Amino acid sequence: MITATATESPVNYLNHQSTVASWLLTKDHKRIGLMYMVSVTIAFIIGAFFAALIRAELATPQGDLLSADVYNRVFTMHGVAMVFFVLIPAVPAILGNFVLPLMLGAKDVAFPKLNLLSWYVFVLGLTFTVGAMIYGGVDTGWTFYPPYSTEGSNSNVLLAGIGVFITGFSSILTGLNFMVTIHRMRAPGLTWFRLPLFVWAVYSTALVMVLGTPVVAITVAMVAVERAFGLGFFDPRLGGDPVLFQHLFWFYSHPAVYIMILPPMGVISEVIACFSRKNVFGYSFVAFSSLAIAVFGFLVWAHHLFVAGISAYSAMVFSFLTFAVAIPSAVKTFNWTATLYRAAIWWKAPMAWVYGFMGLFLVGGLTGLFTASLGIDIHIHDTYFVVAHFHYIMVGGAIMGYFAGLHYWWPKMTGRMYHDGLAKLSALLVFVGFNMTFFPQFILGYLGMPRRYHMYPPEFQVLNLASTAGATVLGIGYLLPMLYLTYSFFKGQKAGANPWLATGLEWTTQSPPLPHNFIEQPIVTEGAYEYSKREIKVA
Amino acid sequence: MAAHADSHGHGHVHAHHPAHQHHFETMEQQSEAATLGMWLFLVTEVMFFGGLLMAYLLYRVWYPHAWSEGSLELDIVLGGVNTVVLIGSSLTMALAVRAAQTDQRRATIVFLILTMALGLTFLVIKFFEYKHKFDTGHVPGPNFHFEGPDAPQVEIFLSLYFALTGLHALHMLIGFGIMSVILWMAIKNRFSHEWYTPVELAGLYWHFVDIVWIFLFPLLYLVDRSHHFA
Amino acid sequence: MLSGIPLFPVQGSTLAPEVDALYFFIVAVTSFFAVLVSVLVIYFGFKYRDDTGLKVGAPITGSIPLEIGWSLVPFFIAMGIFVWASVVFFHSVRPPDQTVEIYATGKRWMWRFQHVDGQREINQLHVPIGRPVKVTFTSEDVLHDLYIPVFRTKADAIPGRYSSIWFTPTKTGEFHLFCAEYCGTKHSGMIGSVFVMEPDEYQAWLSSGGLTGSMSARGEQLFQQLACNTCHLNDGTGRGPSLVGVFGSPVKLSTGQTITADETYVRESILTPQLKLVNGYQPLMPTFQGLINEEGLLSLIEYVKSLGESRTGGQQASTAAPAAAPATAPAK
Repeated sequence: MITATATESPVNYLNHQSTVASWLLTKDHKRIGLMYMVSVTIAFIIGAFFAALIRAELATPQGDLLSADVYNRVFTMHGVAMVFFVLIPAVPAILGNFVLPLMLGAKDVAFPKLNLLSWYVFVLGLTFTVGAMIYGGVDTGWTFYPPYSTEGSNSNVLLAGIGVFITGFSSILTGLNFMVTIHRMRAPGLTWFRLPLFVWAVYSTALVMVLGTPVVAITVAMVAVERAFGLGFFDPRLGGDPVLFQHLFWFYSHPAVYIMILPPMGVISEVIACFSRKNVFGYSFVAFSSLAIAVFGFLVWAHHLFVAGISAYSAMVFSFLTFAVAIPSAVKTFNWTATLYRAAIWWKAPMAWVYGFMGLFLVGGLTGLFTASLGIDIHIHDTYFVVAHFHYIMVGGAIMGYFAGLHYWWPKMTGRMYHDGLAKLSALLVFVGFNMTFFPQFILGYLGMPRRYHMYPPEFQVLNLASTAGATVLGIGYLLPMLYLTYSFFKGQKAGANPWLATGLEWTTQSPPLPHNFIEQPIVTEGAYEYSKREIKVA
Repeated sequence: MAAHADSHGHGHVHAHHPAHQHHFETMEQQSEAATLGMWLFLVTEVMFFGGLLMAYLLYRVWYPHAWSEGSLELDIVLGGVNTVVLIGSSLTMALAVRAAQTDQRRATIVFLILTMALGLTFLVIKFFEYKHKFDTGHVPGPNFHFEGPDAPQVEIFLSLYFALTGLHALHMLIGFGIMSVILWMAIKNRFSHEWYTPVELAGLYWHFVDIVWIFLFPLLYLVDRSHHFA
Repeated sequence: MLSGIPLFPVQGSTLAPEVDALYFFIVAVTSFFAVLVSVLVIYFGFKYRDDTGLKVGAPITGSIPLEIGWSLVPFFIAMGIFVWASVVFFHSVRPPDQTVEIYATGKRWMWRFQHVDGQREINQLHVPIGRPVKVTFTSEDVLHDLYIPVFRTKADAIPGRYSSIWFTPTKTGEFHLFCAEYCGTKHSGMIGSVFVMEPDEYQAWLSSGGLTGSMSARGEQLFQQLACNTCHLNDGTGRGPSLVGVFGSPVKLSTGQTITADETYVRESILTPQLKLVNGYQPLMPTFQGLINEEGLLSLIEYVKSLGESRTGGQQASTAAPAAAPATAPAK
């Protein structure tokens, strides 16, 4: 093995081979994580561009920027890009791929070739979907409801459906890989209850990916087949039932939102523990709450059908379960808060993103209580209230958690530091811009403004304009990291193995890591967050 | 923190099995991981078929008469023969795994070929069943033709028939491809009691495809053919 | 400028204050927890700050009593909200026995309303103040949703079946009506107005305009035109069952199952008659799919309803639960 001299950098996974083939045919989970980062970021830019168009259009009540058809395609593609190509893969496929084997003391995931295949499948699915965009887009909404998607729409439903179908397999393969890795490749001494909470979160996510995704795959396939061959699964004139689609679709798509939020919650646990220099309060409760969310998440899907003609008694059962699934998330939030008590908080950029998460996830999660309440949901269903609720969780929660993790593990991934002040500023801009964009939408929703509206009654304009103004601030908040992180990758100050003085196996190896992660396999003898065993005690 | 250990132990040299992948510490770990991976994959397949079966369940409850009518349109003899053929192929597959496990190269090859032959028989019979449907205008879609008042509902039954058996046949084709690879490896004498994991995994996959058929046969071919209930 | 910005919808029905009361309660509860957690998180962030990064936090790992406490307390609060919300929900989906009946069809991209005594409207709905109104509707093509924010109620319009909403308006005026389920190009144009009128104005409006006969009269016309009356004899001796008093009653099917004859069942019997055959009858009825449009179907349904127990002329009472909600016990 090559040892470092004072002037040259040691061998690491980034520099040891530099041909294009060594990247495109890599089996290294770290390189695959970076490749996912590139493709997910491209999808994020596409989705953000469509979001900007939506907000630009909605600044005025008339449909004056885009035609109705174009607007419908824009909001559909915004949803498809963000849900399937950003939110689902971001933390698991980027951060999870990079960090999980390191956290376990392993050399790689269980099936490295399958991991590479999952990236190619992702890219293929993204290509089909971008293809659908280029050919004129889809206008069914990302939810593809029939009968509109099967016979009402004359847009590229098949192409987009194929893209989504293919991408689902990327998710399934990633989840499968992670589960086997966690079961079988933990270092000696690394028992389940010594695992970092990020691993518990990723494991719970993998459970959902593996069990849920195949159902949406077959459902999209049924829509495609019905559309192509004129079959009648969902067509009432042929005896089919359009509501059956909604049941099948949401059976996956509700657990999917837990795929989106569980890994970022795992990130929050890691970052809070590190920058509080303290054990996460109630470790086993936080760990089990991840599993509970994954399991309960499969039991609530019909709350998306409260006004779709299900019986009142079904609605009550699902409303009850929806309230129940909120409890584990509340438990996590309280545990994170308690972790900060008598901590030793080091205010670095990742913590700023965590604070942003806490504020926004609080609102997002709590507003779920409104939508779970049947009497209220009849009023706010399919209005901007719901749009605000899920953006608070998905963007305010999941994306902010992703950025927290990105900023936390960036020195490990790249061996470089970034500008801390700029990073904190970005977190603040995102936090402020986000609230400006989405808080008015709660008010709009309760007023009765429906979703997916291209034009709206003039009295709703002021709130819409406020929302659009906020979106510009939010956009700047997201643009800044793209700039300073790119700068950091090439010119940032070099980082050592453990710039945050964190616990965790990933910090015991060099930054960036060796191709095979560790010089020798580590043996673990203590729990995940044993800061208290350090020599310097709390004052 | 964590102590470090040399994973190979000191002063100990052993030859690596050619199939040993180095991110695993031992062959045993690799084998266990591979098997767990295949089981998880089969669980995803259960969920995949499960979506179609949920649609089947709903419409069967709604349209019992159409289900009975539709089932009568399927050839119970051919379906029965196919069931026996597939169960037989699972037997030969299990014997192939056993043969690989006990270093019997010749027997492994023979049983793999038998499994593939039986699988092919299944697909050929299926082809004739589909052809008959095509000839009688019972393929759902624009050219569907069926006499009777609940023709649209029978069309839904047949849509599910084609979707379920088509998905199953696709899995069999993929299985056939997997078998070819395993067969080639067996001919090259890659397997032994030390390492026969690919045969084992292929066996798991094949058994799964068989079990799916064991559900599909009664659900599609044996629905109230005597019109007892509807 | 600020005075013109609406921040809260008008309370336009008897249900609205109920929904809003629950809404404010949940706002209070969620604000409390949001403020509590935010204050703690910010306070701890300042109080326990260590800019050296070298100190460690106190060796606290957890507390079972706290965990139980902050699991059970939110759970019970959630259950309280659940129960209250379910009560409001049942008020929302269970109309009273006597309602003004209005029928509607959603199609891309308009709402067509039919009053039982013949008035038809497009994208406008005139209703009287102070009386319960039930709108029963379906879709002709894709999914739609009839939503009236000031009444705090909505339901999806699903092709092939009937949904309904009900409300008792409490304020006169003109209010928004929206389609709230995405339906394609002009989804945001599928809007209209609800006009709530004083009773005498409403009566005046009902009697004006182009009346083409009541819905049940049109239904009766269709019933004869399509020769339904040749099999469905009123005395029960025909090839098909008598329809007198059938609406809202239990019907035994040839499969042994018993269902309630609601709007959806009547519609299914016309379009796919053999699927839910009445026990004891031969499968002789032909399908009328393609021969009757949605409005015709609604007129026939109104006619069949009129063959049941009839109340004062002009408005028919609904004795059955709406198609979208589970059936209540039919009138004895």
